[in-house]
Amino acid sequence: MVSLVLRSGGWFVVALLAFLALAFSADTGFAIHMGIVMLAALITMWVTMSGADYGSIARGILRMPADQSRYDDDPIRWGVIAIMFWGLAGFLAGLYIALQLAFPVLNLGLEWTTFGRLRPLHTSAVIFAFGGNALIATSFYVVQRTCRARLAFPALARFVFWGYQLFIVLAATGYLLGITEAREYAEPEWYVDLWLTVVWVSYLAVFVGTIVKRKEPHIYVANWFFLSFILTVAMLHLVNNLSMPVSLLGSKSYAAFSGVQDALTQWWYGHNAVGFFLTAGFLGMMYYFVPKQAERPVYSYRLSIIHFWSLIFLYIWAGPHHLHYTALPDWAQTMGMVFSVMLWMPSWGGMINGLMTLNGAWDKIRTDPIIRMMVMALAFYGMSTFEGPMLSIKAVNSLSHYTDWTVGHVHSGALGWNGMITFAAVYYMAPRLWNRQRLYSLRMVNWHFWLSTVGIVLYAASMWVAGIMQGLMWREYGADGYLVYSFAEVVSAMFPMYVIRAAGGVLYLSGAILMAYNVWMTIAGHLREEKPMTETPYNEAADRPLVVAPAE
Amino acid sequence: MIDYHLLREFADSWGLLFMLLTFLVLIGWTFLPGSRERHHDAANMIFDEAKSLDKERDNVQ
Repeated sequence: MVSLVLRSGGWFVVALLAFLALAFSADTGFAIHMGIVMLAALITMWVTMSGADYGSIARGILRMPADQSRYDDDPIRWGVIAIMFWGLAGFLAGLYIALQLAFPVLNLGLEWTTFGRLRPLHTSAVIFAFGGNALIATSFYVVQRTCRARLAFPALARFVFWGYQLFIVLAATGYLLGITEAREYAEPEWYVDLWLTVVWVSYLAVFVGTIVKRKEPHIYVANWFFLSFILTVAMLHLVNNLSMPVSLLGSKSYAAFSGVQDALTQWWYGHNAVGFFLTAGFLGMMYYFVPKQAERPVYSYRLSIIHFWSLIFLYIWAGPHHLHYTALPDWAQTMGMVFSVMLWMPSWGGMINGLMTLNGAWDKIRTDPIIRMMVMALAFYGMSTFEGPMLSIKAVNSLSHYTDWTVGHVHSGALGWNGMITFAAVYYMAPRLWNRQRLYSLRMVNWHFWLSTVGIVLYAASMWVAGIMQGLMWREYGADGYLVYSFAEVVSAMFPMYVIRAAGGVLYLSGAILMAYNVWMTIAGHLREEKPMTETPYNEAADRPLVVAPAE
Repeated sequence: MIDYHLLREFADSWGLLFMLLTFLVLIGWTFLPGSRERHHDAANMIFDEAKSLDKERDNVQ
């Protein structure tokens, strides 16, 4: 009871401090953010007080352990719902800004709904909200099952989930309000960065704590990938966000670095966010869920370890390829290019390892739509990890840089690899987490698969055409030595490709809506009456012994 | 600018050598004798849920 009063009081103090910060804030954006923090603290206080479960208070006093015979899956169940919610929000924002590029009137003439503010909202919603929740949920799922132990620090695990959601809300509202550090994929301002640091260190503590209390002697390779992702993202986040706030009660801050050092720090961060957030973490998912769904062990465990160390040693040097032909020293650009090209090998090693896990069970691609999604995810992993090294070659980059080719490349990786492997993992986990016999509908998974795949193909193909066309038009000189096309002419030439891209987005979003419905009905406990995905034919009439007719 | 040159010369000599050797040791590790069996066990560990429970019971007895 005393602890209940203390905890409620603590949350009230937090709310009060946020209110004071709101009252004395230096700018409106900061005031609105402190209002959100105050609201979050008050809601937490109300939940703490009204949800006082006296039985569990007693258990707490008596230090009774929670039921150790079951995995601690509550934060993972919340995570699955959060993945669905943020996924839909992020895809919708993406579709909207794609339409804005084709039809600028959709900027609506309001500062909050311009492309410049909605774009970081989209990228952060899909990468950090959708992808981040997917990583937190699946890493908690996998680490418990491969360590045969419950989560360490259950209260901290819950804090990680809710703290991360608060981070997302603060980041997203900040972009709309125009609060930004203007660092790509690291736009949130200093106080949101500090909050994320607290959440991330807690995440690390829960993950490492669970590994430490494991009952299996060996740490399964998926956990290596998850752990490297958590550690590296912590390091990247801290270094890239070193900055000095103008006022302790204001949202503006200035970076610790300047000029080309700042640019290099930013792309060292940016590329390793791709390498460790969007690659290593999702490979952790791949190395657990693909073998489990295929019901066969990973093709080569040795290759998975070689894959791991090669990614660790190579990725960290690839960042400078984002700064080709800039003020960055030439040797640094070349180094970034060489390491990017070398990365192709381990990436394809990992792809082959995932695909060959199906060796001897290839028929599952026909019969199991979840396996089909995993295979498509791996195919896109392979495709974008080939395209990436190619784009990093300076000669290619001189054509592709600043064009929509880059945008297409990013999306074939994000929609194809990250999206598809996350969908497959959610389809795998949902029936198990809610103790259902199977998903509501496997046929809907199949529909989702085709909608997403066709959507990505439309997206990537239109952006290849748009990008190469842009690149060629920008560098076209006439006989008199002047540029042939003005920038606006190139923009208007992009129109058909922008419409095709938006059509691809419509398909991808429709697939995600179908998924949300499917997962929703699975959670509600319904099973759709439907024809199974595969049927072995049976001919009753032919199912007879061969009777030799007596000679006449 | 002495700092820059010191760091740079370290990075492309001893630093590079150290990283390369560490990498080779870590890769070589997976080829140690007996690793085939260990890798087989590790890869299959996610499936034998019942087996490891038996093992634990044997340890208790």
